[in-house]
Amino acid sequence: MESSVATPPPNPPAAPPPRKPATAAVEGSATWQLSDRIGLAACWALGLLFCAIAVAIVVYLLIQGLTYLKPSMLVTPAEAGFSQSQTGGFSDALIGTLIVGTMGIAIALPIGIAIAVWLVEYGRPAGLARITESTIEAIAGIPSIVLALFGTVIFSSTALGFLSRTTEGIVFGRSFFAASTMLSLVALPLVVASTREGLNAIPQHVREASYAVGKTKIATVRRILLPTARPQVATGAMLGLGRIIGDTAIIVVLLGATQNFAPVGSTFPLNYLRGAGTTLTNFVYEASPTGNLNQPQKAYAAAFVLLLMVLALNAAVDVVHRRARKAGTWSH
Amino acid sequence: MEESYPSEYGPKWSDQRAERMLGALVCAVVGLLLALIVTVFIKAWPSFSHNGLAWFGAGGSVEEQLNQIYLSGLEGANYVYTFHAWTLIWSTLLITGGAVLLALFSALFVSVFIVEFAPVWMRDILQPVVRFLASVPSVIYGLLGVLVIVPFIGNHLVTEPQKASVAGVISLSGYSLLAGVLILTVMIAPLMVSIFSDGLRSVRPGWLEGSLALGVNRWRTTWKIAVRSARPAIVAGTVLAVARAIGEAVMLGMVSGSVAFAPNPADGMIFIYEPSRPLAPTIVKNIDSLGSAPSNATLFAIAAVLLLSAAFFSMAGWVARRAMRKYGATA
Repeated sequence: MESSVATPPPNPPAAPPPRKPATAAVEGSATWQLSDRIGLAACWALGLLFCAIAVAIVVYLLIQGLTYLKPSMLVTPAEAGFSQSQTGGFSDALIGTLIVGTMGIAIALPIGIAIAVWLVEYGRPAGLARITESTIEAIAGIPSIVLALFGTVIFSSTALGFLSRTTEGIVFGRSFFAASTMLSLVALPLVVASTREGLNAIPQHVREASYAVGKTKIATVRRILLPTARPQVATGAMLGLGRIIGDTAIIVVLLGATQNFAPVGSTFPLNYLRGAGTTLTNFVYEASPTGNLNQPQKAYAAAFVLLLMVLALNAAVDVVHRRARKAGTWSH
Repeated sequence: MEESYPSEYGPKWSDQRAERMLGALVCAVVGLLLALIVTVFIKAWPSFSHNGLAWFGAGGSVEEQLNQIYLSGLEGANYVYTFHAWTLIWSTLLITGGAVLLALFSALFVSVFIVEFAPVWMRDILQPVVRFLASVPSVIYGLLGVLVIVPFIGNHLVTEPQKASVAGVISLSGYSLLAGVLILTVMIAPLMVSIFSDGLRSVRPGWLEGSLALGVNRWRTTWKIAVRSARPAIVAGTVLAVARAIGEAVMLGMVSGSVAFAPNPADGMIFIYEPSRPLAPTIVKNIDSLGSAPSNATLFAIAAVLLLSAAFFSMAGWVARRAMRKYGATA
């Protein structure tokens, strides 16, 4: 190989010394043609650029967040006012995010697991299985603004009027129920995909062993397969949760229009869930210079809190991943 | 091995009943999707039927048309439906196309880097970075765009003569095609990277070893063998990214200027600094006019176009990924 350094031939020498590819001894780029080396440099540059963008986002929001975030903002609701010092905090938005996340994933998780179980363990007739698979893919591809518009049709119908505010026979259609239900559709494909992956990774002989001791199929699923796939189910749930708390379009259409809770009726907690409200994403959207409130400092503070939540979810996914891999229950 | 069935699970489920219940749930979800598609199209029908194919054409000011549609709904009786969406469609095409091209280029290099060339420490940094970039909520991208990228473009990239040259038509404040494309690229590239990397990893090692054994260097082997045999993954990742980009409403609504204006590439490079508004943000912006019947139909018509194109692209991605599974993915 040394000779080719001086005069790189268009085609490298025909008989390199026998070696193991991949990890063992990695060939350096010194013998490559210039164009190949430029390509490798582009790889490095773009990889570092990605890292730089991520670091920039985190550091910038960290600085802005630490500058503008005051602990009082987390416990005071938003108020009407003329300057940023008078308008309170975003406690309602924070609680709203928690409500929406909990309700959304509480709807998406059981349905998602059930669909994944049916797809992997039953899946008959095959035609329906194929249709279901493509349905899930299609739901994953539907823009959330379209889901939101669909939600306005469903939840403004008189039959579902009890889920939101009704004034003079006109159903308002905006409530935590409405938003969470549509948001669960955003999380559903992630839960299904992740659970399927977990179920598929369980070797067939585990199922056969279970059947051999007389368990029924559904008992096998509940007692053996789902517990084994728990890391993947948890991963799917957390990815779905991340999408739910990060979604803005559905919140703006089906929940927003206010920065405070607007309870309907008097039965706690139903009155809050039936009423309109806000979440962090909605608050950031409205508080940004293009929104109705235009309070960039508060927007930064809320965005910082939101980013912390997303980072925490990412870290949790990592922990689950690592633990499962250590326990040997993750396939790859 | 006698094991009593634990009572905490309630009465023992018969297997058939469980299968039927799960099947019913699955049918319900399929039905929900069908209901969604049918509802959106029924709601959209008045707008499409009044305009015909001219709906997709150019003509008149979109803002003016939307306003007329909204007002006619308030007055009752004579609904106006005239709507020519080409300005919005053109903006969607420009922003989506630009972002997908940029993202395809960078994601391809980054995934090749992650799978083949990055040292282990770099790989351990890049993978979480990609996952993080994919999980940042779009409204945060939008906020950073509005408060950082847009002022930068407006103050430093756009020159005064450029601003003056179009002063009578549109103001170049930084809310622009460029801002939208750049941020959208960062949003969709991670999705592409993860699908591309999966594809590159599932290339059969024997093929790569064969090429290396012939003396082809690692770079050429990767590009000629690995990238080519991972083509289905690349197609899949790209079309899924297109679907995501078409549906992006909030971030683009914030940074693209939210003006129904069609940037014209024939004007020279200045067009990338011009504002516009794609289809999806138009819905968000006009959401308060949902109560007016003709506005409602028009917004649902936009949603129907988004739904059709996004569904088409995500199905195409799914088909491509199935093809990949069929002849790759032995690892």
